[in-house]
Amino acid sequence: MTTPYALPEMSLDEVKHLVSQRALDGETVLLNMGPQHPSTHGVLRLLLELDGETIVSCVPDIGFLHTGIEKNMEAKTYLKAETMTDRLDYLNTVGNNFAYCLAVEKMLDIDVPPRAQAIRVILAELQRIASHLVWLGTSSLDVAAMSVFLYCFREREIILDVFELVSGQRMMTTYMRPGGLWRDVPIEFDNAVRNILNTFPQRIDEYEALLTKNPIFLDRTMGIGKISLEEALSWGLSGGSLRGSGSDWDLRKKRPYSGYEQYDFEVPVEQEGDVYARYLVRVHEMRESLKIIKQALDTLPFGPVRSSDRKVVPPPRSEIGESMESLIHHFKLWTEGFSVPKGSVYSAVESPRGELGVFLESDGGTKPYRVHWRTPSFNNLEVLSKLAKGLMIADLVAVIGSVDIVLGDVDR
Amino acid sequence: MDAALFWEMVIKALILIFVLLTGFAYLTYYERRGLARIQSRVGPNRAGPAGLLQPVADAVKLIFKEEFTPAQAYKAVFILAPILTVVPAILITATVPWGGTLNIGGREVSLVIADINVGVIYIMSVASIAVYGVVLGGWASNNKYSMLGGMRASAQMVSYELALGLSFVGAVLLADTMNMGDLVKAQMEGGWLVLWQPVGAIVFFIATLAELNRAPFDMPEAEQELSAGYNVEYSGMKFALFFMAEYTKMISISAIIATLFLGGYDGPFVEQTPLLGPLYMFLKIFILLFFMIWIRASFPRLRYDRLMAFGWKILLPLSLVLVFITATGILLEMQWLIPVLSLVAGFIAVQSINLSLRRKANAR
Repeated sequence: MTTPYALPEMSLDEVKHLVSQRALDGETVLLNMGPQHPSTHGVLRLLLELDGETIVSCVPDIGFLHTGIEKNMEAKTYLKAETMTDRLDYLNTVGNNFAYCLAVEKMLDIDVPPRAQAIRVILAELQRIASHLVWLGTSSLDVAAMSVFLYCFREREIILDVFELVSGQRMMTTYMRPGGLWRDVPIEFDNAVRNILNTFPQRIDEYEALLTKNPIFLDRTMGIGKISLEEALSWGLSGGSLRGSGSDWDLRKKRPYSGYEQYDFEVPVEQEGDVYARYLVRVHEMRESLKIIKQALDTLPFGPVRSSDRKVVPPPRSEIGESMESLIHHFKLWTEGFSVPKGSVYSAVESPRGELGVFLESDGGTKPYRVHWRTPSFNNLEVLSKLAKGLMIADLVAVIGSVDIVLGDVDR
Repeated sequence: MDAALFWEMVIKALILIFVLLTGFAYLTYYERRGLARIQSRVGPNRAGPAGLLQPVADAVKLIFKEEFTPAQAYKAVFILAPILTVVPAILITATVPWGGTLNIGGREVSLVIADINVGVIYIMSVASIAVYGVVLGGWASNNKYSMLGGMRASAQMVSYELALGLSFVGAVLLADTMNMGDLVKAQMEGGWLVLWQPVGAIVFFIATLAELNRAPFDMPEAEQELSAGYNVEYSGMKFALFFMAEYTKMISISAIIATLFLGGYDGPFVEQTPLLGPLYMFLKIFILLFFMIWIRASFPRLRYDRLMAFGWKILLPLSLVLVFITATGILLEMQWLIPVLSLVAGFIAVQSINLSLRRKANAR
């Protein structure tokens, strides 16, 4: 067979160290899965070595969504840098702000009023549910249960509406600020959240009715992508992927922040460590999040939502016309920004995907000297090469879904 | 054969092809609207009133799209494959009776194109050809994804085809004929076969879903895994032909299920007014198609080795047992035994699936 033009000779040297001798001999097939593939949850490239449909080896290749967020943050004042954090894990925007604000507050050593803390918890848990809904939808779409996907996105809209209500933005909210919140929640907030609390339990029951006992779903998920607790710990997994393997590690319980210790909730744990266990953990987590939101909303204290430290938090608009000092503060904050004492800090929250930590180093100026994010998706993705061995392509897709990665979170 | 008979055949065939091809176009519309309703969406509603012109718009778009052939594809097979898939899908309906005999201008016109005495075997053999199109199309594209899709299709075919054939046998034994027209007549007298052999009807339905590459057995295309599988390199009308084959086959297979198990064109008052026959037929096809769409909306996809296990370990033994039960019931002249025993067999099969799942749950 002749070709109209000479095709570039594909060089095996580039991938030689990644594949086995059998692939070089042409006995097994190399398949590029991604970066444009419907089930890699973004732009992930997997170099698969296939024996028939069985995966001999799987090498994840990341970096297609690299946006230089960490470096960009170093060029911005602390307040402006926060807008970058939204773009990290775009399904957990509020949670990213949360981690960043906690880190900055830790460095500045300022207190956040209890009302702000409670609202932060409510929003973070709403975000967790929204993120889990996207996870549930996409990972069930990966095993071709397509209706669940659309039901989940229908419910996610309701949560995004709440974000729009409080911040004017549906996804990139930047509603939490160092020292508290941008402003207090509007009066409709209570009703909107209670509406979610009333409707969601039945909706989650509906998803479970479609999946939890479905024989085909059980067949596709049980015993697939197993990882033991020991391995999970040594690979540095966290979040639902770790709790599916039998550990009850949850930062909200073990290292409580922002008043999580006041709320009564369980940390769902499953022992088996397979795709189904991770599914059960995350579905249960949604119910627990609803419990937290209910408690936080019932006990929501009144009061200010921002710290009164004028060196960090801008003065209210009404004061600027009356007080010279407020005007100066406002001017300084919006031009130079606030300066942060020299030192470094690591602060972590439990994001929907696991431990989301931020390391900040300050040289005493108004911009961070170094920012590093410890993102859960990165660690959870690493384990994929181990889990994929011996699976079939169809299982690999289910496993990618179950470790719950967001490529924006991986590449940063 | 006189000239009038020749023209009668030609006209009947043309009408059938016309019905199938418009039916296919509107089946895509029906499926998209049906899925949308199930998934709380709207579905296509822009082109024409309630989106009714959407299939036309789609067809126009596909006709004007670039026909792309990959540089290293095997051209002849690449072009042949869609044709090989779509032709059997249309041919298959030739033996299906759409009604009794009509009296048009003093001439008895039977509403079946080919009234042959081995109609069932004809359907079996023609239906199996289509898989060549899928396998060859997957192979000729010279793409690893489509190759895998083609491979899956061939693996799938060997595992369901036997069960499919054996569930034909149950119906043939009960009606004591292989002629599709006589099958319907037998059901008009003795009751629909779905009542006599309910489990056989279900096995047949499941096996045809696999034959059609429909969810939950749509592994050859599996967009989440193989990003469209065997037809990934096809575009324009060649892609449309694959699509056409799938949807035309949905209609034809529904017609066959209706004929074999649901009494064909049988219904109230059909003996007095034969024109009602096609109407009942369309109604039954419509309901069966809805079931297919409903299943697609609800179920996850099986893994292809699990489908093979399901075909060989559950469907094949079950359909063998059903054949045995049917034959025994007829031999002993105890017809009532057949539905009872086959329901028991079906129950045991379902229990064994449950058992294997429970074993899997315990082993994990």
